[in-house]
Amino acid sequence: MTQHRDGEAHLQVPRYSGSARINHWVVAISFVLLMISGLALFHPSLYWLTGLFGGGPTARWIHPWLGVVLIIGFFGLFFRFFAANLPERTDWVWLARLRHVLAGREEYLPEIGKYNAGQKFVFWAQAILVLVMFVTGIGLWPAGLAYFEQLLGFKATIDQRRLAAVIHAGSAVMTIAIWIIHVYAAIWVRGTISAMTRGTVTGGWAWRHHRKWLRKEIGKEPGGPQPAE
Amino acid sequence: MSQLQPSFGLTKRSATTGALAPAKAETPVAKLIDVSKCIGCKACQVACMEWNDLRQDIEENVGLYDNPHDLSPNTWTLMRFAEWDNPERNQFEWLIRKDGCMHCQDPGCLKACPSPGAIVQYSNGIVDFISANCIGCGYCVKGCPFNIPRISTADNKAYKCTLCSDRVAVGQGPACAKACPTKAITFGTKDEMKKLAAERVVDLKDRGYAQAGLYDPPGVQGTHVMYVLHHIDKPQLYAGLPLNPRISPLVELWKGAGKYAGLALLGLTAAFGVVHHLLAGANRVTEEDEENAEKLRGGGA
Repeated sequence: MTQHRDGEAHLQVPRYSGSARINHWVVAISFVLLMISGLALFHPSLYWLTGLFGGGPTARWIHPWLGVVLIIGFFGLFFRFFAANLPERTDWVWLARLRHVLAGREEYLPEIGKYNAGQKFVFWAQAILVLVMFVTGIGLWPAGLAYFEQLLGFKATIDQRRLAAVIHAGSAVMTIAIWIIHVYAAIWVRGTISAMTRGTVTGGWAWRHHRKWLRKEIGKEPGGPQPAE
Repeated sequence: MSQLQPSFGLTKRSATTGALAPAKAETPVAKLIDVSKCIGCKACQVACMEWNDLRQDIEENVGLYDNPHDLSPNTWTLMRFAEWDNPERNQFEWLIRKDGCMHCQDPGCLKACPSPGAIVQYSNGIVDFISANCIGCGYCVKGCPFNIPRISTADNKAYKCTLCSDRVAVGQGPACAKACPTKAITFGTKDEMKKLAAERVVDLKDRGYAQAGLYDPPGVQGTHVMYVLHHIDKPQLYAGLPLNPRISPLVELWKGAGKYAGLALLGLTAAFGVVHHLLAGANRVTEEDEENAEKLRGGGA
């Protein structure tokens, strides 16, 4: 429920529950650790990053287990958020006006629900890439591969394992690029990060960036105005 | 454990950017395995076990001469016994190939290895795994065109034939060559071995093996372990020796262009963020936005 916290001038609108935030940060922390340990083996210039894990062998064995943590965590995020990320017509309008988005001219954009098309792109792209990286990652994980080969009764060929390496590395680059955009957007659009730290955004932030969502949230309150649509 | 031989200069070092210290240019060496002379006694396997102090667990007999069943972290060389009915000569042939690391001049294992100095190539051509630097990722397995490296489940390190680099460093030949009773395995400079092979090929052709030849595949820029084969046109007969071995294009993509393209894409994405922020500035919520939200909540929107 929207409220004024003690000593705060602005209206606070709840955006993420405590469990959603914990879920997000489990995924975020495992993602960053996966990125560091993965990049360390991706290019020799970055091998020193293995030092952050206590050396190459530790970075090598911890990486796949972090992957297991991430995919379990991501399943949680997926089921929490997928309904709010289904595409709708205004997404195309938003995309067509990407120029205004990048210039910060919200007045030229349609009213947005909980997520805009850019956020939805991040959601679906990461969902697909996480799945692809998990499957190909098993192909690169000798112990994990042996387990799944026995479980599922198949034997991966050497060319399948090489292909897995190429796809894994390519997907990793894409997923990190999207992560950079995700983090940058949260920084660029001031007032966003509190959604994932305190769970709330200000009323002004919601009005500016997700007005349709704000109307719905206020509409839910007893005595609040009914949604505009 | 396989250790760096400091008496040799290095020409290649895994996961190393920048130039290596100028290497003392040693004469390239080679081991020549004359398959036509091999009697399958496995003395080479025993010598390898003895010199390198390796003990493979005893396995079940499945009715094959191959023993152990496959290369392993404790089996760096293995006699593979293949049977073939030669239709041209109308005869049964027993093709026994001593399998093990080929010591490629262009080693796929070294190309794939992400750990600096875990795989090196000495200036004499020997490709060596340096256990202290190995992290056990198994990338060498994917890089190898000959299916040679094996990862130990005991210490999570990769193992393969060292070409007895520790013996060569002190002027000895490999243990297997020393033990071979028929001189099917010989060791020397690569030039000498090619000359010896040429003589053997002439002899074999004389004896009716028209397709006899030397296996020194150009796809990996030649190897420092070479075979004299009776049927150079059909190397697959010898327990699947590849016809045109080369580093897989997938591995080349992964460890070649992909590496640079990937980092460039990440750099560009980050640079986009910086430039965009400099040009567009922060996207801030205005006081008007806050007031509008208040009005909406109060029912005035």
